[in-house]
Amino acid sequence: MEIRMAKLTKIFTSKNKKEVRAVDNVDLTIPSGKLIGLLGPSGCGKSTTLYLIAGLLRQNEGQIFFDDEEVSEMPPEKRGIGLVFQNYALYPHMTVRENILFPLQNLKVEKEEAKQRTFEMAELVGLQEMLDRKPKELSGGQQQRVAIARALVKKPRVLLLDEPLSNLDARLRLQTREEIKRIQRETGITTVFVTHDQEEAMSISDEIVVMKDGVIQQMGEPQDVYDFPANLFVAKFLGNPQINVFDGEIKNKKIFIQDMEVGKSKLPDQPVKIGIRPEGFIVDSEKTSNLRFDVNLVETIGRDTTLIIDMPGEEKSILDKQSFKVIVDASYRVQAGDLVHFTIKPDKMHLFDFEGNLLK
Amino acid sequence: METKNNLKAWIYLAPMLILMAVFTFYPLINAFMISFYKDYQPLLNLRSAGLTLRNYLIVFNNQLFWKSVLNTFVLAFISVPVSIIVSLFISVSLKSIPKLKGFFQTIFFLPYVTNAIAVGMAFAVLFHVNYGLVNVVLSLFGIDKIDWIGGTASWWAQMGALMVFTIWNSLAFKILVFTSGLENIDKQYYDAARIDAASKWTIFKRITVPLLSPLILYISITSLIGALKAYNSVVGLFGERLGAQPYSMITIVAFVYKYRADFAFTGFYSYAAAASIILFIITLIFSILQTVVSRKRVHY
Repeated sequence: MEIRMAKLTKIFTSKNKKEVRAVDNVDLTIPSGKLIGLLGPSGCGKSTTLYLIAGLLRQNEGQIFFDDEEVSEMPPEKRGIGLVFQNYALYPHMTVRENILFPLQNLKVEKEEAKQRTFEMAELVGLQEMLDRKPKELSGGQQQRVAIARALVKKPRVLLLDEPLSNLDARLRLQTREEIKRIQRETGITTVFVTHDQEEAMSISDEIVVMKDGVIQQMGEPQDVYDFPANLFVAKFLGNPQINVFDGEIKNKKIFIQDMEVGKSKLPDQPVKIGIRPEGFIVDSEKTSNLRFDVNLVETIGRDTTLIIDMPGEEKSILDKQSFKVIVDASYRVQAGDLVHFTIKPDKMHLFDFEGNLLK
Repeated sequence: METKNNLKAWIYLAPMLILMAVFTFYPLINAFMISFYKDYQPLLNLRSAGLTLRNYLIVFNNQLFWKSVLNTFVLAFISVPVSIIVSLFISVSLKSIPKLKGFFQTIFFLPYVTNAIAVGMAFAVLFHVNYGLVNVVLSLFGIDKIDWIGGTASWWAQMGALMVFTIWNSLAFKILVFTSGLENIDKQYYDAARIDAASKWTIFKRITVPLLSPLILYISITSLIGALKAYNSVVGLFGERLGAQPYSMITIVAFVYKYRADFAFTGFYSYAAAASIILFIITLIFSILQTVVSRKRVHY
C-alpha cells in the first residue's frame, strides 16, 4: 500500500513557548511494497514523521493518505499499522505468546485462527520455541523479533519501525538487519523504518529518505543518493569515512584547491565547496599530477589503506588543523611522510556553493 | 578493616536500634510475656508464680471480643478492596485530566493530613438523622430517613457509616501511591496498546493493573494491617461509647484498649495483652496468606 504525505507539518511548542517545526511541510510518497529508510541526524523529525503516519501524534497541518484513503484524522487503531518501538515496548508481564496474541484478542479474531496466526508469526521470526517465555528471558535480538511478530500478526497495511537496531550489539545488528529485510521480502508489506545510521539505511532499504530539520533533503535508491547527493548535507551524511570538503574555486573552467588543479567544470568562475569522496582519489604513480600532498598517517585495515593527510597551508594550531582521508588499495605501499600525487575520479567529486547547494 | 567498618555501621545504626529496642521490641516481648501472667496487677507489679493460658481462654469466652472480631473483619474485608478499587479508578481518571490533576490530587490528599477524630465529628454531623446531609440527599431519591449513628441505629446502618468514613479516610494515601506508580509506567506500553487496538477497559485490565500489581499488593497488605487495627475511626464517629449503642462498633484494638484502661482490676492487663497477641497473629496470618496467594498474580 502506498503512503502519501501532503504538506505535512508538526509543530511542537516547548515550555518557553518556542515553536519547533519538527516536520515541516513534508510532501512524500512511499511506494507500495517497498522498504524505506527514513534517515537523518537526531532531532531531524524522522521519528515524528513515523509517529504521524502511525497516528500516535496528530499533525498540525497537511494530510496523510494510505492509497486513496485519507487517514489524517483516524486514530492509530483504525489505521491498520504495525509499529515496532525503539525499545520494543513488549508487555513485560505477558509471555511471548500472549504478546503476539494481544492485538488479535483486541480485534476479536476467532480463537483457533488467532492461535494459528500467532504460531505462523512465531515461525516467521524464528521464535516458535520461545512462545512461553517472558520478554526479559529473551535476548535483545529475540525481543526485537517478538516486537516485529506482534506488529505483523494483525496483518497491518504498513509496518513502521522506530530505530529498530539501535538497542542491539554490533553482531546482532548485522544479523537482525538481514532478518528485517527477509521478513519484509516474504510478507511484501510496505515498511518504513527510522534510523540515524546511514550504513544501516543504505544496506537494507529499497529507497532512503534523508531528512534534516524537519525537511526532506533527498529521496532515492541508496546508491543514487550516495552518488548524486542533492546538497552538501546529504553528501556529508552518507558515506563512511565522510566525504572530504575543500574550499576551492573555479577559474577558467578549471577547478582548483589552493593552486592545485583537480578537474574541469563548465561553471562560471566562482569560489566553491568541493566535496570529494575518500575513494575518489587515484594515486598517480607517474607523479605528474599537480595535486600532491604529504601523507601524515597511514592506516591499513584489510583490503583498504586509509591515508590521513593534513591540509597544507599556513601554520595553524593543532586544533584548527584540517585533515582529510583518502582510501586507496592496500596493495599500494605508502609510508607516513611520503609525498603522493593524486588524480580525482570526476564522478566522486561534487561542487557546492557556500550555502551547500549542489552546483551542476 | 572489615571489623572496623562493621563497628562504624553499628555506631551509625545505634540511635535507631536503641529506640526500636526500647519502644518496639521490648514492649512486644513484654506484651507477649504479660499475656501469660497469672493475676497480674501492673500498678503494684504483683503476679502469682508461673505462667498460664487462662487469659486467652477468658478472652475467647468474652462475647465482646467476638463482637469486636466480627466488626473488625467486616470493616477490613470490605473497606480494603473497595478503597483499593475506588482509588485505582480515581488515579487512572486523574491521569486523563493532566491540567486539573494537581488540584484534585490536593483535594484527595486532604484526608491524609487531617485528624481522624476531627473528621469523624464532621462525619457524625453528615450522618445525623435529622440534620445530616446524607439523609437529605437520600430523601431526594425518596428514601426514608435512616438513623445512621443515633441511639436507634441498626448494626448495618452503623457499619455503613463507619465503612464510608473509613474508605474516604484511606483513599488519600492509596491515590498518592497509585498516581506516582502510574507515572512510572512507560508511556510506550500505552502507545503500543493503542496500536494493538486495545479498548480503554482492556488497557486498564491487561496493562495498567498487572504493571501496578506490585504496588497493589503492597497497598493491600499495608491497608489490611491498618484496617485490622481500626480504632480512632470508631472513636471519631461514635465517641467513647464505641457505637450508637455502647460497644456496638467495638473493634479488636478498642477491645484491647478497654481492658488496658481497666488495668486496676486484677488480670485485665493480661487480657488486653492476650487480645493484642491474638490480633498480631491474625494480622500475620492474613499478610502471609496475601503474599502467598498473590505471588502468582504479581509481576515484578
